[in-house]
Amino acid sequence: MAIILDHVSYIYDADTAMAHAALEDVSLTIPDGQFIGLIGHTGSGKSTLVQHLNGLMKPTSGNIFFNGKDIHDEDYDRKALRAKVGLVFQYPEHQLFEADVFSDVCFGPKNLGLSKKETELRAYEALKQVGLEDAYFYQSPFDLSGGQKRRVAIAGVLAMKPEVLILDEPTAGLDPRGRDEILGLISRLHSDTGMTVVLVSHSMEDVANYVDRIIVMNKGHVAFDDVPRNVFRHYRELEQIGLAAPQVTYVMQELKAAGLDVSVDATTVEEARDEILKAFHM
Amino acid sequence: MKNEEMLRTENLTFEYIRRDEEGNVEGITKAVDQVNLDVKRGEFIAILGHNGSGKSTLAKHFNALLYPTEGAVWVDGMNTQEDSHLWDIRQNAGMIFQNPDNQIIGQVVEEDVGFGPENMGVPTQEIWQRVEESLKAVGMYEYRKASPNHLSGGQKQRVSIAGVIAMHPKCIIMDEPTAMLDPNGRKEVIRAARALNEVEGITIILITHYMEEVIYADRIFVMDQGHVEMQGTPREIFSQVERLKELRLDVPQVTLLAYELKKRGLPVPDGILTRKELVDVLTRIYAQQT
Amino acid sequence: MLKDITLGQYYQTESKIHKLDPRVKIVATLLFIISLFVADNFTGYVIAAAFLTLEIRMSHVPLKFIMRGMKTIFFLLLITVVFNLFLTPGTALVHFWKLTITMEGLKLATMMAVRLVFLILGSSVMTLTTTPNHLTDGLESLMNPLKKLHVPVHEISMMMSIALRFIPILLEETDKIMKAQMARGADFESGSVIRRAKNLVPLLVPLFISAFRRANDLAMAMEARCYRGGEGRTKMKPLIYRKRDAVAYLTVLGYMVLMVVFGKILF
Repeated sequence: MAIILDHVSYIYDADTAMAHAALEDVSLTIPDGQFIGLIGHTGSGKSTLVQHLNGLMKPTSGNIFFNGKDIHDEDYDRKALRAKVGLVFQYPEHQLFEADVFSDVCFGPKNLGLSKKETELRAYEALKQVGLEDAYFYQSPFDLSGGQKRRVAIAGVLAMKPEVLILDEPTAGLDPRGRDEILGLISRLHSDTGMTVVLVSHSMEDVANYVDRIIVMNKGHVAFDDVPRNVFRHYRELEQIGLAAPQVTYVMQELKAAGLDVSVDATTVEEARDEILKAFHM
Repeated sequence: MKNEEMLRTENLTFEYIRRDEEGNVEGITKAVDQVNLDVKRGEFIAILGHNGSGKSTLAKHFNALLYPTEGAVWVDGMNTQEDSHLWDIRQNAGMIFQNPDNQIIGQVVEEDVGFGPENMGVPTQEIWQRVEESLKAVGMYEYRKASPNHLSGGQKQRVSIAGVIAMHPKCIIMDEPTAMLDPNGRKEVIRAARALNEVEGITIILITHYMEEVIYADRIFVMDQGHVEMQGTPREIFSQVERLKELRLDVPQVTLLAYELKKRGLPVPDGILTRKELVDVLTRIYAQQT
Repeated sequence: MLKDITLGQYYQTESKIHKLDPRVKIVATLLFIISLFVADNFTGYVIAAAFLTLEIRMSHVPLKFIMRGMKTIFFLLLITVVFNLFLTPGTALVHFWKLTITMEGLKLATMMAVRLVFLILGSSVMTLTTTPNHLTDGLESLMNPLKKLHVPVHEISMMMSIALRFIPILLEETDKIMKAQMARGADFESGSVIRRAKNLVPLLVPLFISAFRRANDLAMAMEARCYRGGEGRTKMKPLIYRKRDAVAYLTVLGYMVLMVVFGKILF
């Protein structure tokens, strides 16, 4: 069971002078339970790609399969798909609208046609999952801090009990602690529930600590798709497409070039530290 | 030139009254609390702090958009509370905001850059000169006829910067100019800010929570709960990794790596800021060891 | 769909029409619209069509781009045609069920459709070839005499130009909010009218909050850049009439004379 993209292309403003391809012949498999980092700079096609995964956008050509079924078949229930493939957009301000946090989180399950009791149960559960304290439940979502708004937005999608959770730049605009807290939360959600998580970001350093697999998008193509350390080996190519490997990757490469006996596979500060200490026999 | 005073605050305090839905007073929040700082002409200053630490409220005092509840602010020797100086202060201390879309007024890049000089009553001929110079200074001259809606975030911010430069300010205050940009956009904006500081000698006050952006600053102020909690050179500030983490901030990855290595006993100095520094230090230690 | 609205969307290119003084274009567009209602015969519309064709050709704006504006008035057009077609009394032409198409109805429907289409095309050419800033400058200048009557002319034109700048931004934002709510199972497309109106709440609340926030930010940014109303303000692009503007005025005048003579009096 998985999401499969088969030769998917998407062309903006097709048949006008301004036509340009946002996705070009993308084929990918997203198996159950994986934690994926989707990286690319603005305009690389990463946001377009994720909107295809829950059927918000329809490919100009190619097919998308969810659990073996083509999601653009005529009789396919795309509304149900959106509950299974949950997408949290970049700005929580784009989805928060109710007078209080709890009602806002109820919006998703209510749209699924669930009973009032089930809706409220799910909302409560989701808010607990994102670690929001009860004291905030009946506050206006607009009075919350950036990090808390982000949590409520994630809860709003979790309440639909998705099998796949996609987050578009969930840390944009947060301060370092806020960023670490949200990333920690997402990582915990993945390990606790075992759901598939796709984390869209433009920061390699942010995702390197958490994900199993990195997909790098560039100009509508998949440029790299591998485990983090293998992707970071291409740090020179990454630089050419306007991205950068984490700083530690460069440090390890340069140390090795200077003759130190270190492996260049370290992707996080902890791994780099241990690797350097080993070289110094400490 | 660096000894002349550009900006100074004295016991600056800013309070606002929180009200509930019926308008009753719920309490008073001190967004800025007894801040004393001074900035010399030509300096590159960074103000760090987590969201809600008061750094943006502080910044709005430098352009007379907010006035102190207590204490005072002097910009280029002028007290911001004296009405007669208002327009001189706003012309001398330009301001860049976080959201690139919400500060561009013009429909065409060059018209937006001309907006400030128009307001100041600069003659038409000179507006054109200023617009040209300013757009060239930020590398956006070739986009002068473009619509701002077709630019990237980094480009929009550079247009905003040009709009401020066209007013010939002595100082530019940038209030989280990179918070909504991607890494490329962030680099563009920081590069433009550094160039203005080094080439044109404009004083820059950069407010941010991205640590990599401030390693070239002359001095850093770190804010928390409306106070200035730390101040010093980047090296002095980034030596205190634990303290920064307490303040909801972090340090660049290389600084953190150097700090971790030191904790485990390698003789690495405090406050390593760049990759090159760390690699040089480690290879030197390695050579001594073998 | 939201991208299709071209009104207020400037098309960047070099042309003689682009270079004209906005006042000329505003006056010409007004006269053109008046001329459409003055003329009531075939010859008149041929002249109008010729004038419009010339204008579009000279503007160097691709026809496709101009036509996009038509999509948004399609329904208005349809309703106008249907009403005129079936509800005008006169000589019956076709008769089926309870409906009758009359000769007069056919004529009237065609005329109204042509007027509406020409009206939109004509004003689209103006908005596509003139930056909204220029347009508001032109309006401000044309309305200047009203200042004596204490009409806040500068403020009105500033408001218009800001509104125009933020329309595309807010449209894009609407699209994003719709998608964010659809990802939570919101439905904007089906149900009764009341149901649909109710379903718009999750779209409108975030949109209004965002618009207020933007307005607040923009006001602050304008103040920071020394904006203090129209008093003592200079212009980067002051409006000065040139020779080509005189030529354009004369051309429009010539067109009006033709329209009155051939479109109204002669036939």
